[in-house]
Amino acid sequence: MHEMSIMESVFDNAQEACKSSGYTTITRIELTFGEMTEISEDSLRFAFDALKEGSPAAGAELAITVLPPRSQCLECGAEYEHDRFSVRCPECGSVITNLLQGREMRIDAIEAQ
Amino acid sequence: MAHLDLEKPLLERNDRLAAENKARLTAAGVFMVDLMASPGAGKTSTILATIDALRENYRIAVIEGDIASDVDSQTIKSKGIAAVQINTGGACHLESDMIARALGVLDLDALDLIIIENVGNLVCPTDFYLGEDAKVMILSVPEGDDKPLKYPGIFQISDAIILNKVDTAPVFDFDREAFLSSTRGLNPTAPVFEIAATTGQGVAIWTDWLAERVEKKRRALS
Repeated sequence: MHEMSIMESVFDNAQEACKSSGYTTITRIELTFGEMTEISEDSLRFAFDALKEGSPAAGAELAITVLPPRSQCLECGAEYEHDRFSVRCPECGSVITNLLQGREMRIDAIEAQ
Repeated sequence: MAHLDLEKPLLERNDRLAAENKARLTAAGVFMVDLMASPGAGKTSTILATIDALRENYRIAVIEGDIASDVDSQTIKSKGIAAVQINTGGACHLESDMIARALGVLDLDALDLIIIENVGNLVCPTDFYLGEDAKVMILSVPEGDDKPLKYPGIFQISDAIILNKVDTAPVFDFDREAFLSSTRGLNPTAPVFEIAATTGQGVAIWTDWLAERVEKKRRALS
């Protein structure tokens, strides 16, 4: 349940951005996670609900985008999406690959007023 | 109402402190390995076997991460090896600020190798970079050959994978080929070391792999 640590960082970033821009209330928080991370969306929402009470984000909406893994084959150059379980190149079968997308953990934006 | 773009990594602070840990270790020529596994997979036994194999040639310290207690660090200290206990107080993984504090307690100039025993967990430690040179995971035979399919993340990010308690395979109906095949699919490049930490079986192949990297890091200093 490391989502609590992650969500603490979400709140730190969101509140700092809200305050430094002169706003008092956060109405929406937008996050992006790659599917190759060990983040569970349910646990994230649970952590969000636990932490939001009494904060400027108490009434905020939480929007989560999940990115599928994407790799480039370092032998034939092909770029492809894949699942969590195999990074193998579908074109040439090589396993020498570079993950381009899938390990993101990012706060994209907030809406504040 | 305003839309504020942030585009910020959530683990930025953790990753920054981890990079600082890495820089301190590099300046001192110390190799740090993060050992991850579920509770009971044999992390402490593997560390003890590793210490026995390498202590003659390398100066070793252990950072013990547990939710509570100092049972493991006492075990390590009883072997005459420096050990720092981190109690996470409920947190399911170590973070880089905890490692920074532990490094502050150790005399880095008098060390070649630091072994981190992460909190017993196959999920959470995966997402946290601590400044280590290598992440190594242990799976033990009684946990079952299907674990790579259930916990793919940790198998993917590990630089080496230790299969421990191989001496118990006949009792547990462990399908070695199925395990190796799913592990290869997730992580085609990491070596898999099949060991029994308590009997010493196979341990030398793992410790040779580790010693080679410790040596390289130490040499880079001179």
